[in-house]
Amino acid sequence: MSWSYALRRIGMFVAVVFLAITINFIVPRMAPGDPTAAVLEQLLSRGQQVEGAADIVANYRARFGLDDPLLLQYGRYVWNTLHFDLGYSISYFPQKVESALLQALPWTLALLLTATAVAFVLGSVLGALIAWPRSSRLVRSLAPFLMVLSAIPYYLLALILLYVFAVWTKLFPLGGAASSQSALTFSITSAIDVLHHAFLPALSIVLAGLGFWALGMRGAMINVLGEDYLALAEAKGLRPQRIFFAYAMRNALLPQITSLAIALGTVASGSVLVEVAFNYPGIGYVLYNALRSSDYFLIQGVAFFLVLTVAVAVLLLELAYPLIDPRIER
Amino acid sequence: MHSILRAAGALLAFVGGSPKLIVSVLVLALLFSFGSVGSALVDTELAQPISVKTNQPPSMQHLLGTDSGGRDVLAVMVVGTPQTLRMGVLAGLIGVVFGVLLGLVSGFFGGPADRVISAVTDTMLTIPPLAILLVVAASVRAVSVDMMAVIIALLSWMNPARTIRAQVLSLRELPYVQMARVSGLGNFRIMLGELLPNVIPLAFASFVGAVSGAILSGMALEVLGLGPQNTPTLGMTIYWALLYAAFARGMWWWWGPPVLILILLFIALFLMSAALDEVANPRLRQRS
Repeated sequence: MSWSYALRRIGMFVAVVFLAITINFIVPRMAPGDPTAAVLEQLLSRGQQVEGAADIVANYRARFGLDDPLLLQYGRYVWNTLHFDLGYSISYFPQKVESALLQALPWTLALLLTATAVAFVLGSVLGALIAWPRSSRLVRSLAPFLMVLSAIPYYLLALILLYVFAVWTKLFPLGGAASSQSALTFSITSAIDVLHHAFLPALSIVLAGLGFWALGMRGAMINVLGEDYLALAEAKGLRPQRIFFAYAMRNALLPQITSLAIALGTVASGSVLVEVAFNYPGIGYVLYNALRSSDYFLIQGVAFFLVLTVAVAVLLLELAYPLIDPRIER
Repeated sequence: MHSILRAAGALLAFVGGSPKLIVSVLVLALLFSFGSVGSALVDTELAQPISVKTNQPPSMQHLLGTDSGGRDVLAVMVVGTPQTLRMGVLAGLIGVVFGVLLGLVSGFFGGPADRVISAVTDTMLTIPPLAILLVVAASVRAVSVDMMAVIIALLSWMNPARTIRAQVLSLRELPYVQMARVSGLGNFRIMLGELLPNVIPLAFASFVGAVSGAILSGMALEVLGLGPQNTPTLGMTIYWALLYAAFARGMWWWWGPPVLILILLFIALFLMSAALDEVANPRLRQRS
């Protein structure tokens, strides 16, 4: 891997992270009133419920250092955020924002990564099969159905699955990640319970993503199938399976991986909403609670985490890409 | 006159030749006229809270039942659907205008301008749109439908900018553009007079995509409770329904209609943008 390629990608990553921090810094300051006024107002309106309100106010006064010049405030904000010091949460007090998020992150990552991987692999194979001239008519007739599926947003699909499989037929639980999250142990019953709860949210993400990956793969595959080296492979008398996997699909997958990097942001946004629909205890659920209690700093924390998670994933994908396709390194 | 007729004829022939386009135009026409036709048939005053008896299942009097806030669900749909469409079209329009301008400048001038615009576009594309919208919408708090459209438009220009830039890159090498350049036309005359008319079909295709993306973002903010509190848009109806546990209470007539209308809308917009892609990209036509 050439250094300039890697450096450019890392530069993009740093730019994204700084952009996110800067937006978090600027936006509240563009809203009318000074940044602590909103916090004070919230604290006053719920004065009795919040223990240690004075602590929080003191923390934010120091944090924003309202008398300091703006540039200094900005520098301090960047420094704190880069050290994962995101301040105190109001709704999860006395927890800090970063610890509330770190508790939720494993649930989100497990759900999002598994479901996206399944959707990507299944969708790509299906798309390749649809484009493959030797496929059965049944497979090839799936295309319009997948097109319609790819148009339906994650969240709406989640609501329908929720109604059909949890409310109507009661095959799956209505929400949550386990029957009793505190009683989770490393046992088979617990594992089955967790999978049972994760199935519908994961299915929403898989179904909503399937069509997108299948359509992309079909397009890439059709381009590859026109290439001369495939005709040569066939003339050599290679087995069709070998031509399909090692010659056609392998090359058609390359653009799919590029679009994976581009689509991740949308996928993450969509799955946050799926978590909200299923009360799944990941980042989406934290976000929902934060919004319900106008916990502005937690909202900012969720936004920052979302950007950071996707940026890390995109960076890893882009650094891995030249290993798969050396032509990209320019 | 003759040429206009011929263009209209060609357009009709094209629409007739694409089943995707026929279906999407029909469904969109249905949804866009739903508000005006509906308000002639249904009393829209019933979309106000506490105007009817609460929690009634569908009946002859209330075709889609009533919700827990005392609203007639059919009336809410008649009022809400145009609001959602308005938000999407407005945001998509602003996004596409900015995207086309940036794409033109970036593709035509190349060099440092192109590098800066492309880098910003690519960077913005990898940021989850929800993250930025959340921060902005949560700090603005009380939003109207139009304000939401403007906020969402801030994140709707990247895809149009990318598509238009790619098209301009190949257009600017064509002989007629070289010709214009040699005959001494200024850069802006070339961009607006020669290039812009040729990217209009593509701009329209990405407009449809931008509208769909904007409605998706709007729905995301709304179901999280960050939408316009006093306007019954489709997303806000889903938000209220979930907040009052319409699922567990078996009130399918409350959350069902907005979900169904949104799904129809997304499928129609998707089919239309797929069909328009085939216009802008004739190679795709033989494939399917």
